[in-house]
Amino acid sequence: MSTTTEPGPRAKAERPSRLAHAGRNADERLQAASPLRTLLNKVFPDHWSFLLGEVALWSFVVLLLTGTFLTLFFDPSMEHIVYEGSYTALRGVEMSAAYASTLHISFDVRGGLFIRQMHHWAALLFLAAIVVHLLRIFFTGAFRKPREMNWVIGVLLFWLAFLLGFTGYSLPDDALSGTGLRIAHAIMLAVPVIGTWLASSLFDGPFPGEVIIFRVYIAHVFILPLLTLGLIGAHLALVFKQKHTQWAGPGRTNTNVVGERMVPRYAAKMVAFFLVVFATIALLAGLFQINPVWLFGPYKAAVVSVASQPDWYVMFLEGSTRLFPAWETRFSLFGEHFTLSPLFWPGVVLPGVLTVLMLAYPFLEQRITKDNRIHNLLQRPRDVPVRTGLGAMAVTFFVILTISGANDVVAKSFDISLNAMTWAGRIGLIILPPLAYYITHRVCLGLQQHDREVLAHGVETGIIKRMPDGRFVEVHQPLGTDLEYTGWAVPKKMNRLGALAPAVRGFFVPIERPAAPPEVAPPAPNGHDDTGTGEHTRTDVERR
Amino acid sequence: MSAQESLETEHGPRPGTTLEPAAGTAEIDINAPGVTRFDLVREGARRDGIEIVVYEPRVEPGSRLERRTERSVALLFALAGLAGAAFIVAYIWWPWEYPGTELNAFHLQRFYTPVLGVTLGLALFLLGAAIITWVKKLLPHEVAIEQRHDGPSAEEDQRITAATLTNVVDESGIMRRPLLKGAIALGALPLAVIAAAPIIGGLIRDPHRPLPEMEAAGLDLSPQDHTGWHPALNDGNPVRLVHENGTPIRPADVAVAGQVTVFPGIPRGTTNYYADSPALLIHLRQEHADELRGQLYELNEGSMYGNYVAYSKICTHAGCPPSLYEQQTNMLLCPCHQSQFEILNNARPVFGPATRSLAMLPLALDDEGYFVAGTVNDAGELVGSDFKVPVGPSYWER
Repeated sequence: MSTTTEPGPRAKAERPSRLAHAGRNADERLQAASPLRTLLNKVFPDHWSFLLGEVALWSFVVLLLTGTFLTLFFDPSMEHIVYEGSYTALRGVEMSAAYASTLHISFDVRGGLFIRQMHHWAALLFLAAIVVHLLRIFFTGAFRKPREMNWVIGVLLFWLAFLLGFTGYSLPDDALSGTGLRIAHAIMLAVPVIGTWLASSLFDGPFPGEVIIFRVYIAHVFILPLLTLGLIGAHLALVFKQKHTQWAGPGRTNTNVVGERMVPRYAAKMVAFFLVVFATIALLAGLFQINPVWLFGPYKAAVVSVASQPDWYVMFLEGSTRLFPAWETRFSLFGEHFTLSPLFWPGVVLPGVLTVLMLAYPFLEQRITKDNRIHNLLQRPRDVPVRTGLGAMAVTFFVILTISGANDVVAKSFDISLNAMTWAGRIGLIILPPLAYYITHRVCLGLQQHDREVLAHGVETGIIKRMPDGRFVEVHQPLGTDLEYTGWAVPKKMNRLGALAPAVRGFFVPIERPAAPPEVAPPAPNGHDDTGTGEHTRTDVERR
Repeated sequence: MSAQESLETEHGPRPGTTLEPAAGTAEIDINAPGVTRFDLVREGARRDGIEIVVYEPRVEPGSRLERRTERSVALLFALAGLAGAAFIVAYIWWPWEYPGTELNAFHLQRFYTPVLGVTLGLALFLLGAAIITWVKKLLPHEVAIEQRHDGPSAEEDQRITAATLTNVVDESGIMRRPLLKGAIALGALPLAVIAAAPIIGGLIRDPHRPLPEMEAAGLDLSPQDHTGWHPALNDGNPVRLVHENGTPIRPADVAVAGQVTVFPGIPRGTTNYYADSPALLIHLRQEHADELRGQLYELNEGSMYGNYVAYSKICTHAGCPPSLYEQQTNMLLCPCHQSQFEILNNARPVFGPATRSLAMLPLALDDEGYFVAGTVNDAGELVGSDFKVPVGPSYWER
């Protein structure tokens, strides 16, 4: 089977075609033949978890496409106008031009609402994909040498995406986005020493001023996308240069990549995957309403409603601000009074500490484990219980904060006291992450042990056998003798060994010929065969 | 065990063991007679450090399975085209204009966006599915192994590059010419400042610079230290409490246990220009008013008018409006971060992250019986008054 079949017509039969002529012309000018071949031949490993970053990339492409459309109609101005568009409920209401143009996009531009909703859904998916991708990288140790730099770029990309999201939903100038800006303003004020200067400079005077929407707009459509695009370019270039990590498995070593060449399979699958991501965003945008700004009304400083939640990726900061106790530090120095706002800790220090910890993690781990080798094989999370535990701890911390960011909605939906929710969040934030660490650590060790057990004794067959002395034992199917754990999944069910594979494919009628019956090998002298493959579902009594 | 089996069996050779070398790892003469195109492909891969170890058709050419798969791929493409055409038809001809008051549950316009989403989603999804089916079911199955070339460059290269770099530094002679070092610093420093200058000069704005209205009144008052209730903004007269539409408010306009959001009755007073000014005017029940009067802060003495009290509507935590008024418990709740303020105790924060009481707006009546922000002094004169403490979130120099 290792010999390959000969596809395609014979090389000799080819006559110089027009295509070949064009190719030769191009090569005379670009000398691209050899680099092009190297590019086409590049090998990529395949695993579903490698698609998570791709979801983020394709969401970003959808964001660029839909965002460009929106700029054709959006007016980032805080000028006061009276709405005269077709949405009857707000006609005659005073509002900013930004809000009015958002209504215009939603009601008076053909397909405008659809594109707006695609843009918003794509943003949510972008952030979600980034976070899940980040978790995948973390839990599998893909950030280890030589990929520390790409981890750092990835963390920066998360924060850029976060800022893109925040600036984006601040633009419509509706009641919800104005409230978000107001809180952002208060967080800026909370920065020690320069807080008031920072806020006043960005807002050009007291809140909200007349320029903030325009400045946020430039950040949203120019500065941040430019930085994001640049970093995404660097991110992909590094993946390309350093080659993708791969899972351990048959034939896979730390010094090779096992997979498919980029063209055509990998490239075609990438294109198809872009289409599927795009399709998902289109379906979400068409079927699920998002951010119906016309229901919220224009931003007014005195107006707010219950369930004022930011987009999901900001909710952990919303939660931290809700949970933090009312601790304000006031002190006097040289006769002047100074204040450290209670917003400073959850709004400035916490995101700062989280960012530094995330950026530093690969280097900390390297220092502690004194592991300076190059790693191209991924680790199963169970094989690194401490890191997996730390990750579970971080996820728990994030989830508690995120739930607390909507604790009023939880309180209302489940008829729980709001104060109880806040206290549950405060206590939970301290107790649950270490608990998550402990449990995850134990689960990892248990899974490790089970892997070893299967390798030593075989797969459970579910067949109970009564021994002559009356004992009952389960029959185990050994996988082989002296198998070592190699960092890859150990089969734990008989059908993973081919024992229960369907005979012939086809739902209504068979679409393939049944395989020839396996040749029955003569029984090995020692009573069981060495390879232990599923072809022969021989069983063996577990020996203890 | 063959290479093919070893790759597909779960517990075949463990990582680290190399596969049985397949034919084609050795260089071939591409000009030799009888060389096929695939031989060229393999040779190209070999030159890129790639070994194609498995390359075999997924389906038997001409088999029933192949024809069937081909048909389903074609069907997926055709359906994608159909859904795409449906999107274009819907985009052009489906009624999309907002019908205003004629809108009802079954108006076609309501389904414009869902129809666009479903047709576009289907078109893209089917197209993607067609390509994936094609690739995974019809294209030959391949396993290729590429060697990595990790680690540093060859030591020789490192040395040569290092020499080139140090030579660059040497050529400039910067190390031997300290005068130049200083000169470069002198010459480049202003440029760095020039880069920063527009940001500092253009963007930085003194937070204590008074509003133009304050400057016109001749007062050097930082915007944090006053709101729209400051009498200087009303030619020195007390500022009236007005509704959002600008109409002034008499005590009788607010029912017992009722509350109303009030704004300063000055030009732009109800707009976001004075975003810190909105206040909540509450008409307390007699017993509640007595309770509050009994425990007023010294600062708030004389700020109530009868059973009326007005608190700043800007949260002292993050600036949201704490406007959820619980009539039964006399609490104000901020929906942003759930701070709760006790109305009957100077709007003291009793729960949540807020640290300061909401400021109380001094209330009085003017000659015509309308509410104004002010107090009556010992001489019986009505004097306009702002909030007595800065409202809104804390800041460093507060």
